Amino acid sequence: MDTLTNIIPANVILEYSYLIAAIMFVYGLKLQSHPDNARRGNQWAAAGMILPMITTLLLHKNQAGSGISMVNGAVVIVTMLVGGIVGTIMARKVKMTAMPQMVSFFNATGGAASATVALIEFSKNPDQAVLVGLLGIIIGSIAFSGSMIAFGKLDGKVGDIFASFMTYVNLVFMATIVGITLFILLGGLSLEIRTILVYSLLIVSLIYGVSFVMPIGGADMPVVISLLNSFSGIAASMAGFIYHNEAMILGGILVGSAGTILTIQMCRAMNRSLLNVIIGSFGGGGMAHSSEAGIVKEISMSDAAVLLSYSAKVVIVPGYGLAVAKAQHLCHDLEKMLEEKGVEVKYAIHPVAGRMPGHMNVLLAEADVPYSKLLEMDDINPELPNTDVIVIIGANDVVNPASEDDPSSPIYGMPIIKAREAKNIIVMKRGMGKGYAAIENMLFFNDKTRMLFGDAKVTLQALVTEVKSL
Amino acid sequence: MENILEFLSLHREAIFIVVLSIFLGIEVISHVPSILHTPLMSGANAISGVIIIGGIILVGHASTTFEWVLGIVALFLAMLNVAGGFVVTDRMLEMFKKKKK
Repeated sequence: MDTLTNIIPANVILEYSYLIAAIMFVYGLKLQSHPDNARRGNQWAAAGMILPMITTLLLHKNQAGSGISMVNGAVVIVTMLVGGIVGTIMARKVKMTAMPQMVSFFNATGGAASATVALIEFSKNPDQAVLVGLLGIIIGSIAFSGSMIAFGKLDGKVGDIFASFMTYVNLVFMATIVGITLFILLGGLSLEIRTILVYSLLIVSLIYGVSFVMPIGGADMPVVISLLNSFSGIAASMAGFIYHNEAMILGGILVGSAGTILTIQMCRAMNRSLLNVIIGSFGGGGMAHSSEAGIVKEISMSDAAVLLSYSAKVVIVPGYGLAVAKAQHLCHDLEKMLEEKGVEVKYAIHPVAGRMPGHMNVLLAEADVPYSKLLEMDDINPELPNTDVIVIIGANDVVNPASEDDPSSPIYGMPIIKAREAKNIIVMKRGMGKGYAAIENMLFFNDKTRMLFGDAKVTLQALVTEVKSL
Repeated sequence: MENILEFLSLHREAIFIVVLSIFLGIEVISHVPSILHTPLMSGANAISGVIIIGGIILVGHASTTFEWVLGIVALFLAMLNVAGGFVVTDRMLEMFKKKKK
């Protein structure tokens, strides 16, 4: 390294390493757009992260021109080792069903890191409270506290608060944040007042993150996590501005815009606007609950087994219930067994089934279901009228016909898997509880519908045994 | 107002990068099938851990107690994000590997 830095200045090497890192991020993300390359793409991005970490440690010089000392460097390495080991263990140990929470948690730590970095930079140069630093603090804090609440909600530790006044409370918080920011930037304030204001900004932003996510119902949590993910990217790039660091700026903004696009796609899948998701406290009653629903009909295990085994075409609609019951392997067993009997089996994947888009794909892939069998909503819907049996396992809102029939329903207009068009409908469900959006589902009262009550794993196990014995 | 003008002239190159990265992000992401949305979100989340470079710079040049303590906290959290993010993404994507028929 020493001989090299004699020819080319260290900062030039450093900056080119950032360029290479940025290219690796972009290339990595690009590869992640196809299932065959996705894993390699993630590895590229990871390598793209390690490179600037090493070069920064070796080559970075502060404004005074001094590099990172041995002591400081040692602390950096130890801290990273500890963080790396803890992070890896957490990521390895987490169960498949808890992955969305995990993503939300890691997003929170990233946001917190960005806010902290911006805060320290402010304390170093309190005279230059620049916009980017303040934005880093604001956005990073919101990403942190919001993601922690989303994490808690998905983990079942935090309940929902549905209150229409929360919209106004949030508007007040937002106005306060903008007000304090402008005040700091424009007013010729003394150092003490400025410091107090920056810390108030931090606190208000943290509270805003909580109150922003609190009233949003569980059904919309994927959208929120995706949105907060783009927030933490933007926060990182704001910190990048402070250091004039191209890798941070580009990586952060890349995540910011990618996260935003993903968020918009998810909203579109639910036929709602982003604003509607954020303001329209989803799933909180306020709609006409029809009590004249009708009669629910159950089916015996052996009847279900016969019905399935002698069908020509079966479509399985997985939902969160399948993930909770960890029944994906049994589901695959059932599918294989039916295929052996000459039944054509496919999976219908709703874009927002489960707790995150793609949740079901990940889950079924874990059970070795080939992804050619997984069909997206728009591809499977035209096939449903000539489907003999549609089996709904732990899904609810994504097959709810209220989205087509009932204009007063909160999910009216959301595209669904048109389960009721199939010739027979079998619904596996724990009980008559409502789905995550807390809306009555008329499908369960349909004439063609038969219910199999019980935990998805137990029910599937019994069904597999039954089919096997036929 | 002055602040904003000063900011715009001081960070010209960075602003170029930001604007172009926004389009790059949109372009790269808009072609992803929904089957990969969760891993992608997770992968992108790991990349937002680039804040770790800021953490390295901070701790690398830390001198006051305040900088040391908060710097180490920031660096630790960022490293959690990076390591955990990439590993969790890898675990998700591991399951997409080609199955032999």
